[in-house]
Amino acid sequence: MSDSGSKTQTAPPEPGIVRPAQQHPRDWLLRQDRLPHIWCPTCGIGTCVNSFVEAVHESGIPEEQFAIVSGIGCTGRVAGYVKLDSFHTTHGRAIPFATGLHITRPDLKVIVFSGDGDLVAIGGNHLIHAARRNIDITVICVNNFIYGMTGGQLAPTTPHDARTTTSPYGNYEYPFNVPHLVASCGAVYVARWTALHVRRMKRAMLEAIQKRGFSFVEIIAPCSTLYARKNRLGTGYDLMKFYHDNCEVQHGADTSELDIGFQTKITVGKFVDIEKPTFLDRIQAGQAKH
Amino acid sequence: MSKARGALLTGEHFMNGDVAVAEGALAAGCTFFAGYPITPATEVSERMAERMPDVGGIFIQMEDEIASMGAILGGSWGGQKSMTATSGPGFSLMMENLGLGLMTETPCVLVNVQRGGPSTGLPTLVGQQDMMQARWGSHGDYEIIALAPNSPQECFDLAIDAFNLSETYRLPVLMMMDEVVGHMTERVSIPGPEKIKLAPRRLTDRPPSEYKPYETGQDLVPSMVEVGKGYRIHITGLTHDERGYPAVTAPVQQRMVPRLVEKIRHNAPQIVRYEEDGIAGADVVVISYGITSRVALMAVEQARERGLKIGHLRLIVVWPFPEARIRELASQIKGFVVPEINLGQMVREVERCAAGQARTLHVANAGGSVHDPADILKSIEEVLR
Repeated sequence: MSDSGSKTQTAPPEPGIVRPAQQHPRDWLLRQDRLPHIWCPTCGIGTCVNSFVEAVHESGIPEEQFAIVSGIGCTGRVAGYVKLDSFHTTHGRAIPFATGLHITRPDLKVIVFSGDGDLVAIGGNHLIHAARRNIDITVICVNNFIYGMTGGQLAPTTPHDARTTTSPYGNYEYPFNVPHLVASCGAVYVARWTALHVRRMKRAMLEAIQKRGFSFVEIIAPCSTLYARKNRLGTGYDLMKFYHDNCEVQHGADTSELDIGFQTKITVGKFVDIEKPTFLDRIQAGQAKH
Repeated sequence: MSKARGALLTGEHFMNGDVAVAEGALAAGCTFFAGYPITPATEVSERMAERMPDVGGIFIQMEDEIASMGAILGGSWGGQKSMTATSGPGFSLMMENLGLGLMTETPCVLVNVQRGGPSTGLPTLVGQQDMMQARWGSHGDYEIIALAPNSPQECFDLAIDAFNLSETYRLPVLMMMDEVVGHMTERVSIPGPEKIKLAPRRLTDRPPSEYKPYETGQDLVPSMVEVGKGYRIHITGLTHDERGYPAVTAPVQQRMVPRLVEKIRHNAPQIVRYEEDGIAGADVVVISYGITSRVALMAVEQARERGLKIGHLRLIVVWPFPEARIRELASQIKGFVVPEINLGQMVREVERCAAGQARTLHVANAGGSVHDPADILKSIEEVLR
């Protein structure tokens, strides 16, 4: 972790000011004093953060009204790099923490930003119940098919037959179709993109932020250090090329048909975008009756 | 709600300990409760579900106790006084996020209405078997504050104290009740608002540019901020520096963890609380807490009728333990008798502090019922032999 103390900016720059090349165009939304980050070269998480800060900026919502909550893992570190009120919680428990934060501060935009293992394995119970309750938070799930932080183990999203350190002969299990899972539990907004689709990903994040209710964006992202290497898929570039050649945009697709196989076609798009009273709406309406 | 009753039901009531602890929490300003049903603590959740609309608060029944504890940490950072309630099995599940609360210094209150264990154990019957879990149950080094009421009235009173301690020292505070205290129904006097003193949240007066989330003064307790005010705090369960940033190094660990421990040890004289009766000139001191203190009283009275010089010390705050007082007593008396509804937990602390200066006898009880006072009396006579 760097402790370089490079200068930080707390407000958007005046128009016309030329930035030094090494600064990120949205650097006031990043904790410059914590960079460089810990992610590997060609990891997809940085791209997701890039699109996210862009979405935060474009939303026009004052930045202090955002709070970001992460769990544990590579993506769990996002909260530590984004310059918003940020909480890095326990493994799998970002959603319960975010639920408490949202209920007590419904004026804030509470974003959960975490990985597939954190949200879907150890945190799976919390994920389905937050979707069922229609808690008004946004969950961004970076799905790289593997546990990165611990060195490349099997995830509930690892495609059938893919190798990991704990599925050395290939994964025998059936993976989760995550958009289908959250959609069937009641999520009001569900989209999937890959780390290649930076503008569409940003638009999906923006729509999810603006959506009232439980919104969910899955981003398929390359893990070249572990997933690609274990499965002899080449580099991060090769994975991005694979997304380019094998993603099929299908808005409104039947979520039951969004399974991802080993190196098979990946269906991306916006699958669910509906209106439904939120958890707090229903409490308010219910109490008004008494 | 057409018949909103407000937070404070000033007056005389007849209620059980579970309901009383909920009322105490409301009196302390609790406006967020997340829980999961579990005997014998369910009545706390039920009361909160019924009462939260009266105070404009929110009750949520979470999917499990892990989520309940996580949600109240989020609720506390959202700026509201937050509580959960459970019993043994749920207490075990809460240990992970209790650790996060300790690490991130998050004020909140966790009620454990103890039943017999281990595992599913005795869902509807009494135990005092989680006392060491309260102290050591989450991994890593820390200090905790735990209170043990012995009546519904005290469940009400100590719930207010628990919130005050949690705000003052910035940590989750445990209410270590037991099934009998939780389910017994007695008179509870709820005072008027002028009698209730509340500790406010310790909010910084510094602007964002000068604020560090874990910078502390002499009392070792850092100041908090309200989220959404532009401070852009980072809060993590990782070992962190004064800025709240992860700093996974030995020097930072060796600065941070001792402070977390010292903020309680250093302030222990203000936190420790016990009640004494007949200590002066006593040969034997009975040490007890929770429902066992009321059973022990009968044995103490019987012993006194026989002319024995018996003192009684009731722990009200069990953690931090009143080490200095027990050491002092150990040098003056012949022995301690420690009845507990477990096979030997707080007695270890008594023994440690007695350090061989006074005999220490434990009166064991594996749970399911309170002690027979005759067993306590027998131990009093044994220690004098």
